Amino acid sequence: MQWEVVIGLENHVQLTTNSKIFSGSSIRFGAEPNTQASPVDLALPGVLPVMNRGAVERAIRFGLAVGAKIAPQSVFARKNYFYPDLPKGYQISQFEDPVVQGGTLTFAFEKDGKLQTKTVNLTRAHLEEDAGKSLHEDYAGMSGIDLNRAGTPLLEIVSEPEMRSAAEAVAYAKALHALVMWLGVCDGNMQEGSFRCDVNVSVRPLGQQEFGTRCEIKNLNSFRFMEEAIHYEVRRQIELIEDGGKVQQATRLWDPDKKETRAMRSKEDAQDYRYFPDPDLPPLTISEDWIERVRAGMPELPAAMRARFTGDYGLPEYDALILTSSQAMATYYEAVVAKAGKDNAKAAANWMMGEVSSALNRAGVDIAESPVEASQLALLLKRIADGTINNKAAKEVFAAMWEAKSEDEHLADVIIEQKDLKQTSDVGALEAIVDEVLAANAKSVEQYRAGKEAAINALIGQTMKASKGKANPAQVTELLKKKLAG
Amino acid sequence: MSLTLSDVKRIANLAQLDMDEAHAEIALNELNGIFALAEQMQAVDTSGVAPLSQPLSAIMAQPLRLRDDVVTEENRREDYQAPAPKAQDGLYLVPKVIE
Amino acid sequence: MHNKTIKELSTLLHAKQVSATELTRHYLDRIAASGHNAFLDVNEELSLAQARAADERLAAGLAGPLTGIPIAHKDIFVTRGWRSTAASKMLGNYVSPFDATVVGKFADAGMVTLGKLNCDEFAMGSSNENSAFGAVRNPWDALAVPGGSSGGSAAAVAARLAPAATGTDTGGSIRQPAAFCGITGIKPTYGRVSRFGMIAFASSLDQGGPMARTAEDCALLLNEMAGFDERDSTSLTVEQGNVREDFARDLHQPLTGLRIGVPKEYFGEGLAADVEQAVRAALDEFVKLGATLVEISLPKTALSIPVYYIIAPAEASSNLSRFDGVRYGYRAPEYTDLQDMYKKTRAQGFGKEVQRRIMVGTYVLCHGYYDAYYVQAQKIRRLIADDFQAAFRDKCDVIMGPVAPTVAWDLGAKADDPVANYLADIFTLSTSLAGLPGMSIPVGFGQGEKNAKRPVGLQIIGNYFAEAKLLNIAHQYQQVTDWHQRAPDGV
Repeated sequence: MQWEVVIGLENHVQLTTNSKIFSGSSIRFGAEPNTQASPVDLALPGVLPVMNRGAVERAIRFGLAVGAKIAPQSVFARKNYFYPDLPKGYQISQFEDPVVQGGTLTFAFEKDGKLQTKTVNLTRAHLEEDAGKSLHEDYAGMSGIDLNRAGTPLLEIVSEPEMRSAAEAVAYAKALHALVMWLGVCDGNMQEGSFRCDVNVSVRPLGQQEFGTRCEIKNLNSFRFMEEAIHYEVRRQIELIEDGGKVQQATRLWDPDKKETRAMRSKEDAQDYRYFPDPDLPPLTISEDWIERVRAGMPELPAAMRARFTGDYGLPEYDALILTSSQAMATYYEAVVAKAGKDNAKAAANWMMGEVSSALNRAGVDIAESPVEASQLALLLKRIADGTINNKAAKEVFAAMWEAKSEDEHLADVIIEQKDLKQTSDVGALEAIVDEVLAANAKSVEQYRAGKEAAINALIGQTMKASKGKANPAQVTELLKKKLAG
Repeated sequence: MSLTLSDVKRIANLAQLDMDEAHAEIALNELNGIFALAEQMQAVDTSGVAPLSQPLSAIMAQPLRLRDDVVTEENRREDYQAPAPKAQDGLYLVPKVIE
Repeated sequence: MHNKTIKELSTLLHAKQVSATELTRHYLDRIAASGHNAFLDVNEELSLAQARAADERLAAGLAGPLTGIPIAHKDIFVTRGWRSTAASKMLGNYVSPFDATVVGKFADAGMVTLGKLNCDEFAMGSSNENSAFGAVRNPWDALAVPGGSSGGSAAAVAARLAPAATGTDTGGSIRQPAAFCGITGIKPTYGRVSRFGMIAFASSLDQGGPMARTAEDCALLLNEMAGFDERDSTSLTVEQGNVREDFARDLHQPLTGLRIGVPKEYFGEGLAADVEQAVRAALDEFVKLGATLVEISLPKTALSIPVYYIIAPAEASSNLSRFDGVRYGYRAPEYTDLQDMYKKTRAQGFGKEVQRRIMVGTYVLCHGYYDAYYVQAQKIRRLIADDFQAAFRDKCDVIMGPVAPTVAWDLGAKADDPVANYLADIFTLSTSLAGLPGMSIPVGFGQGEKNAKRPVGLQIIGNYFAEAKLLNIAHQYQQVTDWHQRAPDGV
């Protein structure tokens, strides 16, 4: 039977505030246990929460970036359950009226070897407080509780179940990851848990309308784990059903070592969270005026930049999407075009998606740390455009620039000189070479004159070779034709 | 509507209250007595009435007041942890947490 | 000395006719000698140290009207130096690392803390019998309850163990014990007094207030107690009307032309004859003072009982989830695993009534019952608030009636009957649900051999922010009557 995979994501994004969402404690990572846990964070008797403006501002920024509705009034609710890392016995979250409602996210992903773009609808994004940590190393048979993280501001971003493969899901997560960093609302550090993915996976017979029973996979702190976990879970569910079993709705944990998901014995078993509006916190009110002020302070968004790239630079949508996949990438590209000129915009895009990307991947570095600076790449592109060097030579120059790790603006010219890669336009010298080639290849000459035009290619190749790649191919062809005709 | 013994046990479980049969029986009667009082509420027509969760919002707008995003708390772990039933190395100790 | 009011004591202190240290010593001795079980914690060294500091301020001429005046705090307010138990085994030895805002404000004013006062566990009760540390005895009659939940506060003031006390009122917890103990107490508009450092019972209802012997003293105390607090998100700001004001400013205004609304629902069956007589007599006194009586209707009065006993437990069930034996407070000595630790800790640490309300609150918030109970209750709550607004708009300036249907009942009389206890709150609940200010003043005693020694309280309810007017009305009454000066035998 043909199975269709259905995936929705819930991402917990730690906001880049200085202090906690309801207290003045620091949220710095890696502090000594419980040294950043204040009376409010510890839920000591008598304390009360006071909301952090910075967290709201970041939620607005994200909402605007995904074209969502920013709720003029949203409500904080208590989610009640007992757990040692949850000091109050309830989590302050948003339930019925989240601060960010709707929105979309567009991303590129690979399908059957072809790259495609997709737009996924967001359900909502809401503000909530993080819980503390249970440390599982043994304390004489007990667990240790560290509440430094309790009260750290989170934005939980929920997508509609619109993804149909692990590749799509990972691409969505990567795009979201890039966006929240682009906006400066999250540092994106997945090892420290600043960007967490929970994935809801279900399968259904292709063509079936209703969804299958889903499982939620938690604890995915890398995109690779996410991909592996989804593949495993899909296989598990399909095999289960094909063996006549039923998928049980459950929360499962990804075990990166065993490379499998396992059912989690969790606080959520048969739970009833008893949500109700937190009486300690009146409704959060966001004025149009505040939204406009935030809008004014926003960086140019990927979408707007994409439009500019396709419009002003005439790039294909796909190129624009790749070049705006991260702010660093876009900034670099803009710098190259600024120096090389709009006429070279497409060439610049090709180079960034080609040579530059593969060089970065090989070296495993981010564009921000590229040894070849934007201005240096720009000059290289100019040299191709003005015919100083041909593409083949340009690649050689780029490789040399990569190794040089120099800051010299004119590095390209320097290398072209050193390696003597200039195209020769000296007709006299070229004619001499051509004559030699024609003399040495009487057979091809005959064939051509006999009307087999393709034979000229062999002669062109020979000539280029003899010129050590420095000849201008167009010029060579022209010259050969002339002589063969004569 | 009146509760059953299994309701009482489910609630006690949600509320994390240890309750043996005998106590559950007593609780059942007490709760049913209290919910008998509550029944008269169901007769009231509240269509179109908005719930009032903040009393003063009955007469004035009460937007949530927001704090500036600044760190105001310093480390007072020794003070704050002094009343802990069981702590070690700055951690609160509880029976093993299994996930 | 202990029969003097705060006003009188303040004059003596400023005239150096008595020192704060002498005054404090005097009250500490009375507390040590008393048998009402009103105090849960006393720390003579700390109190006397505060008294010496107050004397220095007085000597330096830096004293305010309350500097050097002793006060005791309901054990719902957390305090550094004194245990903060909420009268619960759960917090039996708990000492807070910080002071409640209210405690801090009085300390800044130079008041001397005498100690912490007994109350119903987590302020849940109307007889003070729900304290883990034993019931409080009513100073007027050792067989009677002092009322609750601020029973220790009311008893301490009535027995002259303190000239002033703090109380908290969620559904009548200041007004009803004030009435049962024959003293004066006021619950301000919700949001007037900071809840920071008040151990939460029902967040949308809890409100702190002063308890003393006269309206004038309550005004002086409220001057320091009220005010915006940035640590409480429900604290009213100056823009919202919580301006710093002198609550004593209107004490001397005449009452001519005052329209007093008398809700017929407050005088129906269930109201004891002796209470009704005392209340009616008080109303007549106000007519003599130039006021007119207007009959009004508050049709949802009876409904306030179920509405309150849904909303308050719902909020409480969540507020009390933090007591889990992990970070502070009681932890069961023996348990098999985490769940067992939670369950035993909470079953052993909380008293009967608290567990009962946690059960009720947990249930009404459960999926499937939430709308029928909690949401419906919150809707009726708005209707109740609207009824008050209609009355104040069309008919009257203030509303008066009994605080409770009867005088204080016998210790143990309703101990095992929660519903009977709840029904006795009928006249105080709707004020709390609406967030309106309400006060209680002594207006006489019950009748018959048993009730003759048991005080009756008159409830005065005003519109939002009308505290100064309530205090003015109460003060004018206290100028022409002496109920507030009566003292229990042996005082």
